[in-house]
Amino acid sequence: MRILPILALAGMAATPAAAAELSVTLEIPRLDVAEYHRPYVAIWVERPDQKAAGTLAVWYDLDMRNNEGEKWLKDIRQWWRRAGRELRMPVDGVSGATRAPGRHTQAFDAAKGPLSELPPGTYNLVVEAVREVGGREMLRLPFQWPPASAQTATAQGSSELGAVTLNLRP
Amino acid sequence: MMRFSRTFPACRRLMLAAVLLLPLPATAHRAWMLPSATVLSGENPWVTVDAAISNDLFYFEHMPMALDGLTITAPDGSQARPENQSRGRYRSTFDFRLDQPGTYRVAVAGDTLMASWRQDGQPRRWRGTREAFAREVPANAEGLRVTFGQRRIEFFATRGAPTDRALQPGNEGLELVPVTHPNDLVAGESARFRMLLDGKPAAGIEVSVIPGGKRYRDELGEMKLKTDEEGVVEVTWKGPGMYWLSATVRDDRSGIPNVPRVASYAATLEVLP
Repeated sequence: MRILPILALAGMAATPAAAAELSVTLEIPRLDVAEYHRPYVAIWVERPDQKAAGTLAVWYDLDMRNNEGEKWLKDIRQWWRRAGRELRMPVDGVSGATRAPGRHTQAFDAAKGPLSELPPGTYNLVVEAVREVGGREMLRLPFQWPPASAQTATAQGSSELGAVTLNLRP
Repeated sequence: MMRFSRTFPACRRLMLAAVLLLPLPATAHRAWMLPSATVLSGENPWVTVDAAISNDLFYFEHMPMALDGLTITAPDGSQARPENQSRGRYRSTFDFRLDQPGTYRVAVAGDTLMASWRQDGQPRRWRGTREAFAREVPANAEGLRVTFGQRRIEFFATRGAPTDRALQPGNEGLELVPVTHPNDLVAGESARFRMLLDGKPAAGIEVSVIPGGKRYRDELGEMKLKTDEEGVVEVTWKGPGMYWLSATVRDDRSGIPNVPRVASYAATLEVLP
């Protein structure tokens, strides 16, 4: 019984047609504060000149009455200036709810969304987190696109983010 | 002369009286508006504004600013309405709602005639409109000095992506038009603005830029800059915060013979980290 899934996995890995994938694992630290709110987080791709090449994910309070959660999107300051202010939220496949402290992984298909239109080159993956009545932190992880082989990049946050890992699969 | 004669029946006597035109005494007071935010997101954000005349930036310690001549130009060029206007001891306040995406321009602008003279040995001061001037200021007053003041005090606020339509100049007096958008200012990046006088580049004028938060530092921190031949000034911010940019031009283009004009401009600009 256990052989089957292994064979299936091996089969998948051997298929060259399998779409490339970019996945991000980020840690939202558990903080000992009197008033805690889950952070707003933006994950986007920037070019070497820091212009945004595409927004992959924005985690915010998207279920509030009268879309009141959008009032604080501008506090994801760098993302707002580079990309957010041009978007009309919510964006399908990009908008998501805020996440609790802990490790979260989100994978992005190279055949869909902004990655599908990304010209070959050097980029940064940017993760920016800002917390109500708290601080803001932003991390950059360099990568090559499209990935010729598996790539991993890591960065360590110190306040609003913990470890962030970027995995690319060709 | 024709225009002058129409609005000022007593023009000839005034002209004789206003022989000696001395520059206005420099005043340390600064006029400003301080918005609660300049970069906004969401569907119906509000901005609340303090408006005051003070020495230090940006503290209410002298006088509330009169809000006559307040205009709020919406991104589509229409006029938005100020709400909850109030005049306090040291500051005026008002709110407005940004119900359109784009850039709003909020300005207190207007023209005033200022006169001073001596009457029965006592100094007299007067300010008002051109019309009232002819009625209320004795044309043959002793030592009469008249100045035409044209001022604009403003700031900008943007919901979503910055737009330019509300930033079109009126081509009257001293104005700022963006090269760098005034709601896209970030510490570490310099910004460029074009100063216009009556719609034409104000070349070679001095522009002063002072960071807010003066109470908590000793030095003024003023940057004295000069516009180039295109009227453009480049500002290198000292860090994030609110800044007060101002300029004053003195010339004889008051539309009234022998009355000098003082055209002044001031903007509150927010620089983000």
